[in-house]
Amino acid sequence: MAPSTPTEFIEKWLAIPKRLSRQTLDRLAKKWMGFQTVAVGMLVPLIALALLLRAQPILTVRPLGELLFGTTWHPIKQAFGFYPFIMGTLWVTITSMIIAVPPSLMVAIYLAEYAPQRVRALIKPLIDLLAGIPSVVYGVWGVLTVVPLIRNYVAPTIDRWLSFVPLFQSDNPTGYSVLAGGVVLAVMVFPIIIAVAEEVIHAVPRDLREASLAMGATRWQTMKYVTLRKAVAGVIAAIGLGFSRAFGETMAVMMVVGNVPKVPSSILDSAYPLTALIANNYGEMMSVPLYDAALLGAALFLMVVVLIFNIASRLTLVRLVQHS
Amino acid sequence: MKWSKVEEKIFVAIMICSTVVVLSSLALILGTVIWRGLPALNLAMLIQTPKGGYYLGKEGGILNAILGSLFLAGGATALALAISLPIALYLHFYAERSWHGEVVRLALDVLWGIPSIVYGAFAFTLMLWLGLRASLLGGIIALSLLELPIMTRGMDEAINMVHPLLKEASYSLGATRLETALKIVVRQSIPGLLTAVLLAFGRGIGDAASVLFTAGFTDHLPTSLFEPAASLPLAIFFQLSTPFPAVQDRAYASALVLTGIVLTLSLISRRLAGRLTEHVIR
Repeated sequence: MAPSTPTEFIEKWLAIPKRLSRQTLDRLAKKWMGFQTVAVGMLVPLIALALLLRAQPILTVRPLGELLFGTTWHPIKQAFGFYPFIMGTLWVTITSMIIAVPPSLMVAIYLAEYAPQRVRALIKPLIDLLAGIPSVVYGVWGVLTVVPLIRNYVAPTIDRWLSFVPLFQSDNPTGYSVLAGGVVLAVMVFPIIIAVAEEVIHAVPRDLREASLAMGATRWQTMKYVTLRKAVAGVIAAIGLGFSRAFGETMAVMMVVGNVPKVPSSILDSAYPLTALIANNYGEMMSVPLYDAALLGAALFLMVVVLIFNIASRLTLVRLVQHS
Repeated sequence: MKWSKVEEKIFVAIMICSTVVVLSSLALILGTVIWRGLPALNLAMLIQTPKGGYYLGKEGGILNAILGSLFLAGGATALALAISLPIALYLHFYAERSWHGEVVRLALDVLWGIPSIVYGAFAFTLMLWLGLRASLLGGIIALSLLELPIMTRGMDEAINMVHPLLKEASYSLGATRLETALKIVVRQSIPGLLTAVLLAFGRGIGDAASVLFTAGFTDHLPTSLFEPAASLPLAIFFQLSTPFPAVQDRAYASALVLTGIVLTLSLISRRLAGRLTEHVIR
């Protein structure tokens, strides 16, 4: 008899598992869960393949060298040179790493080795909180605090005392700059580098440290000569993860770097990162030929770089954990 | 005093300074958002959709974005949950200590690192192939891709915390792996699973780059899955891009609302985890 009401229909389906044997259910569950697992495992190559297919039109008519090193970006005239944007991304990311790495490592060492249990229990949730703040809120903070600070104080001070250094020379008066992007990104990657580096330092076997301490070394000497030596690969992996996060960040960066499509020559210049290029032009790209292929090519480039850093870092970390 | 002792003191001081810098950056962000957002926040803003000329400084509110974001992140979290939990269980019950389990974990970690704008571009490509326009459904797909690795890895770790002897006890009573998974291990790890779900929800509701092309933006409340939906992060971004100070103030208020939602979620997950662990066997 065909079920007449929705409730009967649902009940009929719900009754099916009861009629199967428990072993059959177990096998079916294994199949289904395994299928989902494999599907998700294939997601990385699938995303890369989809982006590659969509970027295909431009990759076949333009040599890769021209795309990566061409300096003119003028979609209407069919000129698609990514160089200024790639450099924009690199400038902002490297600036953020220079700012973020030293304090992050110091905090990681402090948490792993020095902080009393009570202090750790207080600090770690706060750092997790920092990781949970949405990127657009970081952007708002950048616009409200970092950019005015650079415009009103940092840039004039640098201009007065350090203007003979080419890295600091700039005539950009707005404060929307590589430095602003670097500061905002640095705060965003603090939690990642701290969490991974702390774990890696913590994983160094205790006996090594105790041997060093027993020889009369101070805690810092032990850290410097024993623990960090042992943990160096993992610490580099932590930095790699931070780098790839900063490299792909979109919203916060695009709100504070100024988005001027020119290769920056100073940390006070504006920049135009790749991510901002994709986000800003997505709406209008459909009407211009090759435009969407170019933007998806940019997304593919972004993904490939991030993948390389991520996979290298993760493999290093997996190997470290297995050894300890 | 010996140099090594002095060196030790100097570096401990640097470490404490670094910790203070990191924590004060958190305080500075929250302080800035509260200080600029709170004066601009009012009830009318939270319960109205934008009226004509809202982005020029006229009447209206951000209800469209608040509800849109809740729908987007809620739908994405439900979708991600349906995919994540089976994977986390599979990794523990059917792929235990096998190399392909490790490969999947690595793949999930790598997925975690993929920038959200790439998820946006991928989901947009999927939508073109499926013939979808910018819509609530498109945004949900993009966000669920973003949330998937976060949730699965969180659940994986939560399940890992369950005492292995519980599993053995269940097996020895003749339960199958599926029964052990659903009736023993899932119940035992509920606090951790919930934390993973809330973490993913928080990440989803705060993300802008992935919904930019997939969910679109509208002043209206979405009435079906195939209509565009507004989201809070984008509302903040658009309001901040206007040249009008009154509208920019609303962006700060919206940022406060978003930060409030995210922080509340993380507090709730902590509380829940504490309360639910009463019945967990260790």
